[in-house]
Amino acid sequence: MSSMTEPPKQSFRLSQLIYDTRYRSMTIQVIAAILIALGFAWLLNNTIQNLEALGKDFRFGFLNNQAGYDINQRLIDYNSQSTHLRAAIVGMLNTLLVAVLGCITATILGVFAGVLRLSKNWVVSNLMAIYVEGFRNVPLLLWIILIFAVMTESMPQPRDFRGDEPVASMALGDSVAVTNRGIYIPRLGFENSLGASGAEHQAAVDAAVADGTEVPPPPSSWADWLVLAGVLGASIFAARVVTKRADVTQQATGIRPTTWYIRLGLIVIPTAIALFALGATIVQPYLKGFNFTEGVHLRNSLIALWFALSLYTGAFIAEIVRAGIMAVSKGQSEAAFALGMRPNWTMNLIILPQAMRVIIPPLISQYLNLTKNSSLAIAVGYMDVRATLGGITINQTGRELEGMLLMALFYLVLSLLISGAMNVYNASTKLEER
Amino acid sequence: MSDLHAHSTSYVRQSMLPETDPPTAETGVIKWLRENLFSSWLNAVLTFISLYVLYLVVSAILPWLLNSVWNAGSLSECREILAARGLTGHDGACFGVIKDRWHQLMFGFYPPELYWRPILSFIIFLLAVMPVLFQSIPRQTLILTALSPFVLVWLIWGGSLWLPLLIALGFVLGFVAYRMLEGVNGILASLGAIIVPILFWFYALGPLAETLSSIIPLEIRSIKSSDIGGFFLAIIIGVAGIVLSLPLGILLALGRQSDLFILSKFSVIFIEVIRGVPLIVWLLTASLLLNYFLPPGTNFDLTLRVIIMVTLFSSAYIAEVVRGGLAALPKGQYEAGDALGLDYTKSMRLIVLPQALKISIPGIVNSFIGLFKDTTLVLFIGLLDPIGFTNAIRASTDWNGVYWELFLFVGVVFFIFCFSMGRYSLYLEKKLQREHR
Amino acid sequence: MKNTVILGAMTVAGLVAGTAHADTLGDVTDRGSLNCGVTTGLVGFAAPDANGVWTGFDVGVCRAVAAAVLGDSNAVNFVPTTGQTRFTALASGEIDMLARNTTWTFSRDTDLAFEFVGVNYYDGQGFMIPSELGVSSAKELDGATVCIQTGTTTELNLADFFRTNNISYEPVPIETNAEAQQQYLAGACDVYTTDASGLAATRATFENPGDHVLLPEIISKEPLGPLVRHGDNEWGDIVRWTLNALISAEELGVTSANVGELAGAAGDNPEINRLLGTEGELGSYIGLDADWAARAIGVGGNYGELFEDNIGENTPIGLARGLNAQWTDGGLLYSPPFR
Repeated sequence: MSSMTEPPKQSFRLSQLIYDTRYRSMTIQVIAAILIALGFAWLLNNTIQNLEALGKDFRFGFLNNQAGYDINQRLIDYNSQSTHLRAAIVGMLNTLLVAVLGCITATILGVFAGVLRLSKNWVVSNLMAIYVEGFRNVPLLLWIILIFAVMTESMPQPRDFRGDEPVASMALGDSVAVTNRGIYIPRLGFENSLGASGAEHQAAVDAAVADGTEVPPPPSSWADWLVLAGVLGASIFAARVVTKRADVTQQATGIRPTTWYIRLGLIVIPTAIALFALGATIVQPYLKGFNFTEGVHLRNSLIALWFALSLYTGAFIAEIVRAGIMAVSKGQSEAAFALGMRPNWTMNLIILPQAMRVIIPPLISQYLNLTKNSSLAIAVGYMDVRATLGGITINQTGRELEGMLLMALFYLVLSLLISGAMNVYNASTKLEER
Repeated sequence: MSDLHAHSTSYVRQSMLPETDPPTAETGVIKWLRENLFSSWLNAVLTFISLYVLYLVVSAILPWLLNSVWNAGSLSECREILAARGLTGHDGACFGVIKDRWHQLMFGFYPPELYWRPILSFIIFLLAVMPVLFQSIPRQTLILTALSPFVLVWLIWGGSLWLPLLIALGFVLGFVAYRMLEGVNGILASLGAIIVPILFWFYALGPLAETLSSIIPLEIRSIKSSDIGGFFLAIIIGVAGIVLSLPLGILLALGRQSDLFILSKFSVIFIEVIRGVPLIVWLLTASLLLNYFLPPGTNFDLTLRVIIMVTLFSSAYIAEVVRGGLAALPKGQYEAGDALGLDYTKSMRLIVLPQALKISIPGIVNSFIGLFKDTTLVLFIGLLDPIGFTNAIRASTDWNGVYWELFLFVGVVFFIFCFSMGRYSLYLEKKLQREHR
Repeated sequence: MKNTVILGAMTVAGLVAGTAHADTLGDVTDRGSLNCGVTTGLVGFAAPDANGVWTGFDVGVCRAVAAAVLGDSNAVNFVPTTGQTRFTALASGEIDMLARNTTWTFSRDTDLAFEFVGVNYYDGQGFMIPSELGVSSAKELDGATVCIQTGTTTELNLADFFRTNNISYEPVPIETNAEAQQQYLAGACDVYTTDASGLAATRATFENPGDHVLLPEIISKEPLGPLVRHGDNEWGDIVRWTLNALISAEELGVTSANVGELAGAAGDNPEINRLLGTEGELGSYIGLDADWAARAIGVGGNYGELFEDNIGENTPIGLARGLNAQWTDGGLLYSPPFR
């Protein structure tokens, strides 16, 4: 208290470091910094000593060694001769895939369930309440296991599709096969595929025609999809330009020119031309040997994980949406009704946009949770980054420290990216407060 | 004019008619159905879809449940019983497995003659959290709450009572040191409150415990952590994780809010790193890597390692919850503390934290529910939690092949726990909202 | 200072289990119990029963070592480990030995720095397939969906086999045997591959075992055995010779029934005498007393008895001895002499 009554005239004394509020925060920080640094040094020192004792070193060279194991779901080329690094990347892509798919469906599910839970329909609202409470209060792990088991037990086996009077048959005009190994859906193949795959395909077709054997189905390469996406993107941009100009005309003259057919044409025609030029054909899955081949195989593990993550996170999102809607004051919907809006218009145009501000921040953390929870892939054998890099690779090479570090880093970067991106969005939709 | 009209028309009724029932479409079941189920086309369609889904689920599960067998010592025996009723193995549930392995699913390998210890500790725990959860209970009981962890640890793991008592004494010594040095200087007091107990635990505790237990041996049979399993393990990990992470979480939240650059940045980094990485990676770290980070030769039991990791993990989440509580407090409260001339520690301890923590309790309960569900992940590092036990049970020759019954049981128990806690936290949230208005 | 503080706190909590790895025997005797790593559950090899007592073939080895070292077959602390955590648990000293049907390979022995003390089960990777598919050789499996248990050598063998035979397959990795069994029975995979013993054991528990066949190909050698850490040869010797004692006992006709009688007094057969400590002092060479082997055999009997009780033909698992018969019966079990 003495520092308050008499102004500090005298020169600096050591005791001021503790007693003087001006220096005290400095002292605390320096002590804290030293303690934190000491703690880290201690951990590091232990690690070095332990590694030495075990005769191990800390290097990432093992990533260039041959992996030796196969991965069923791979978004990039991979075989058992590839490196551990490539296996890790395959795993990371699989994690990203299920996380993105999960976030999309969880949002859709959550919004529906949240809105329906507020419905006046007694059966619907209670069913939604059961869904939400059921999924929120039981561990996700259990749901993943159960959904996986339900899929394998209740769907037909591929061999049930065989024979003159098959037990099961393909859905949607013989194009989709739902089996207990996953769902096979048709894919797009390109007769004039770009890049190396196109040339290979031509050679294979020529050889097949010469031998009189079955013609192989057309391939698809990344280049094809890039071209398609580019064309579609450019068309959409052009369509937007047309809309903008229509807006300008409307502003100037008060008459809105009819543009929908121009926009439709702008989007459809170039894409159709691109598809035709690439020789796009729909390749349907068909039964061959033990399994269906061709088409896209959505494996059971992916579907179970995807469903479970979506349903589980969807239940949380439903609660967030419900809270968000209830946070919008009742006067808003009454005002909308007074203006003669229909209930679904009121929801879409008045309530949801306002509820969004309340909904977005907790939604971010749900997306983060979903991404992190995708590591439960371990329960169904989905080959995500934990299964490849953090599982088999660590197990085969004995490089726990390096492997775990890389994996933790991957998840950390992913989480920071998601929260960063969503924060940007959050800032852009923030209410301008006066 | 109406008068005239009344006189000119002789058939106007003179007496009131008795009230008639509203039209059938506006009463009872039909009205309810119409308003609640079929108010519009969309609603009607939704109703039918919902009823159909409900029918599908119920018709698939109900017969299986109704035909369940409760008295069977093995799966084959259960199948025989079902076969005797003319049913196949898929037509009825074999809940005999739950009956047979009930104790394992609940307590793990805890010695059967000592089951009273987990049960008693659970009761003590419930009693101890009462004062925290319900504000109407006298505040003095909080002292008993503070003492309960030591008793609980002793009850569960056994051994000498003196150890937990002396550890508790360390905290008391720290408090005494704080009080004595408080008059001298705030920082010195805080330092003293940290250093005195550490010195006491490190130097005085071992010999003291030995002497005391040689004079009055207060010992009960000690239990290995590996004997603890099932729901008991899940509860221990969940509760220990939350209780131990509270102090750390509060410190992190204060650190994140503080003006001190290094402390706040460190807190932010710690919280973000912990929250950015999935729990399963942290658990694998506890199982695979913790030994690298500790002095060579240190090695302690996996359950404890998991509890440490879970504590660190949940402290980041608790920190965010407490931060929410701190932020929700009106600024006037902080300013009031400053105006009264309280220093930082005092204003936090006497004014800010008691209020902020009270607001945070629903959030803390919610984090507990999340953590409790996440304890199932310890299965992947070889601890036998309820789901871990489903694997171990299915590996015995008696019950190899049993599936849904175990998972259903585990799911239902988890649901009961989490749902009731969720309801409580909802009730509390509502109550706090009322009080604030 | 922080170092000592945390250590101190840990000691206070009374939860510091093992310390330095150099003297495992000393640690075990001080502790009064053996920490033995087993699976979280595999039919016939290790699983807890309704009373929480672990039983199984691998468990028998743990109990024999505990009996030899501590004189009490129940002084074992069974530590369930997963495929992923087992090696770290051993390397870090959390367990003293690992008896978890682990394949003896070059890299595990050298790079991971473990010491395999012998083989308690000669196994090989096989395939099981429903007989209705009419497959008679693994080479006909082109395009098949294969269930494998992850975290084992199995997936590497499988990749090698299909690659060298130039046929394709779809791997379905599964964490546990129980899960894989459920997937296979539901037809989510055409083939289930794991160690042949595991396949036979799994098949034995099916409702209709006859509907499934094991394919003739055994695509790998899987010598399964207990292992310890590198660098503590005394401890390695104890585990190795306990296992050898069990194997020798069968060869010499020492069983749990007659071991008490044979160990009581020296008999005619000098090797039995040396094994059971009635002649010479072999026990003292490995730091144990004279009748260590008699105790180890007394727990669950000799190797043959352990086999018959846990996984043999009279159990639901019903494995034949096959390669695991004594060398005198045409098998591979061949214990070095006790001399």
